[in-house]
Amino acid sequence: MEKLKKEDAHPKILQALLNTEVEMIKDDVLDNEMILNMGPQHPATHGVLRLMLRLDGETVLASVPELGYLHRGYEKMAENMNYLDYIPHTDRLDYLAPPANNVSYILAVEKLAGIEAPPRAQYIRMMMCELARIASHMVAIGSLGLDIGAVTVFLWTLREREKVLDLFDKICGARFTTSYTRIGGVAQDVDDATLSLVRDFINQYEEKLDEIERLLNGNRIFLERLEGIGVISYDDAIDIGLTGPSLRGSGVKYDLRKNAPYLFYPEIDFNIPVFTEGDSLARYFVRVEETRESAKIITQVIDKMPKGEVMLNSPKKVLPKKVEIYSRMEELIHDFMLVNFGMNPPEGQIYSATENPKGELGFYIVSKGEGHPWKMKIRSPSMVNLQSLPGLVKGHMVSDVVAIIGSLDPVMGEADK
Amino acid sequence: MGLEAKLTQDGFITTTIDALAAWARKSSVWPMPMGISCCAIEMMSSADPKYDIARFGSEVMRFTPRQCDLMLVAGTVTYKMSKIVRKIYEQMPDPKWVIAMGACTSTGGMYRSYNVVQGIDQFLPVDIYVAGCPPRPDNLLNALIQIQEKIGKTRARDFQDAPFEEGFKN
Amino acid sequence: MNFSEKVVSKVKEKFPSSVLDVVEFRGETTIKVTPKDIVEVAAFLKTDGELQFNLLVDLTGVDWATRKDRFSVVYHIFSIPNNFRLRIEVPLGAEENIDTVSKVWKTANWHERETYDMYGIKFNNHPDLRRMYMPEEFEYHPLRKDFPLMGIPGSLPLPKK
Repeated sequence: MEKLKKEDAHPKILQALLNTEVEMIKDDVLDNEMILNMGPQHPATHGVLRLMLRLDGETVLASVPELGYLHRGYEKMAENMNYLDYIPHTDRLDYLAPPANNVSYILAVEKLAGIEAPPRAQYIRMMMCELARIASHMVAIGSLGLDIGAVTVFLWTLREREKVLDLFDKICGARFTTSYTRIGGVAQDVDDATLSLVRDFINQYEEKLDEIERLLNGNRIFLERLEGIGVISYDDAIDIGLTGPSLRGSGVKYDLRKNAPYLFYPEIDFNIPVFTEGDSLARYFVRVEETRESAKIITQVIDKMPKGEVMLNSPKKVLPKKVEIYSRMEELIHDFMLVNFGMNPPEGQIYSATENPKGELGFYIVSKGEGHPWKMKIRSPSMVNLQSLPGLVKGHMVSDVVAIIGSLDPVMGEADK
Repeated sequence: MGLEAKLTQDGFITTTIDALAAWARKSSVWPMPMGISCCAIEMMSSADPKYDIARFGSEVMRFTPRQCDLMLVAGTVTYKMSKIVRKIYEQMPDPKWVIAMGACTSTGGMYRSYNVVQGIDQFLPVDIYVAGCPPRPDNLLNALIQIQEKIGKTRARDFQDAPFEEGFKN
Repeated sequence: MNFSEKVVSKVKEKFPSSVLDVVEFRGETTIKVTPKDIVEVAAFLKTDGELQFNLLVDLTGVDWATRKDRFSVVYHIFSIPNNFRLRIEVPLGAEENIDTVSKVWKTANWHERETYDMYGIKFNNHPDLRRMYMPEEFEYHPLRKDFPLMGIPGSLPLPKK
């Protein structure tokens, strides 16, 4: 306690740590307890998460996560810009899967405005969402391996991710922060050559995934470091608000693509992988199986994708085409109004959520009929999932903390907003 | 094979200690990856098999500041984080260099809000700014080459008058 | 009778005096409830055999700036067995406090901390009401409408160069 100065950790954090109920003291408390600071600059905390751990020897008695090292004021900024301007900001929420965030946000705005994108645009969005899921889970699996000591897996999964990013580059013009969706559609159409590249990627993906799995699933160190570590039961998982793969690892079959369908997911045939063990290994297996399902979805999406427009024709709400702006007066005026004052949705409040790689990403928008939202709340899955961390790490070793954080796969850009 | 083939007879080269030290220093820049947000993922990508930062002798990413000479600040620095960034910078041994990767670190970028530091040069000396949000890995490698050039030009006299950092006093 | 009507009628029947209003917009149901009964309403919605709103998806505040009741606390709850999402809105005066629902749904703990951090709304009986994102020394609540976007100069210190 003497080494920790006041400027290092605020007394209130330490107080919260000491107030936590501890029922498993083994020896004399005063001799053995120690407080360990982990993060915000730590290779295994996936960004800038800070954990204060209260230890008895090497066993974690209690822990207090401290967030906010990446709090960028997203919700405040949303109140000060119009709906169109905000699209690039959604890229940087969960920066492992930018297109999925774009889609989630734009679905919320479209729900508020009461419009719907053309079918082709919606199919393209679905494809992008699932590609993003693969890209995100690749990092999740790779960095889980890296945290536990399996470095090769990380390089192999990043190699697969690079292929997805190359596809993004072809489809959106940017490999990482895509900003691909627009109100009423997507920024540009996907040509057939690119679609066949996506198909090529999917065709070789299963094989590569098997290779990655062979590296991990037969690895005794990997299995024993994850099995039975950080167990959360069915009821506790719902109670603490887990969503996404972490929830499905505990046996809850809750996936918004099935439970509250959006886009054209009801027309696609796919399964929701569910594991009942609730430990870190189950969460890892859910992720692997999910990317397999994503590959299945993408094949079907490309098969079913109709021809047609990718932007809705609704002049008061949707940006007109560039050619028309340069040649016609009416479109020029609409473009000017939309860019400067924004689309004017009706007064009201909506909540729209999609199943992102990390869990349920929801946008709650309160509109007063102006070009910018009156309030926008981002329901970020990472932040809520992190809340389960103190319960999960309790009673485990310090080295297991790393594995548990890796299996929850938080992204701090989203958790801190 | 390579260099040895040329060295069939005993030979010698002439150089200054200065130049030799600078050459050694620039060819093995060990970065301290201060990965904070989105740029950190592109920084990870620059180490992957496709971009392979190892070609430039900088694959040794150490998460402890004591073994590094280049700080790669990748991502938005908030006011709460700024203290930690500064503290880690002070723990790095001299001589040290800083790359501000991405728009947020250089100027605050798209985050004009209450909690984001509008440019880390307000509290850190920065050598190279990398444009992009986030910069592509190629761009980061370019910055690395730039900083290698900068390091290659340094001589012993450049470090003589380096003022002591506050962190060293206590 | 669809599920949304069933929920509304059940809540109205059980708490006739505390339901202020029911709003339908874009197929979403909002029930406005008085602040004093929020914990009972929440517990009823969660434990009722038919409704089973077992997942608290989101909890946040809204600053209305000029209204008589300046704030609202908004709860989004989801019933996994029934696949139904419901919004509960609780109007709250500028100086009023509200009871915590973290006894009902454990996940409310951090959501309420966040709401306290951003709006300064205090939750009674909360187990650990600290700031979520901003440093403890920070005096203001950023998402209030009277807080400027670029912040108040000097309120957050920077380290010396």
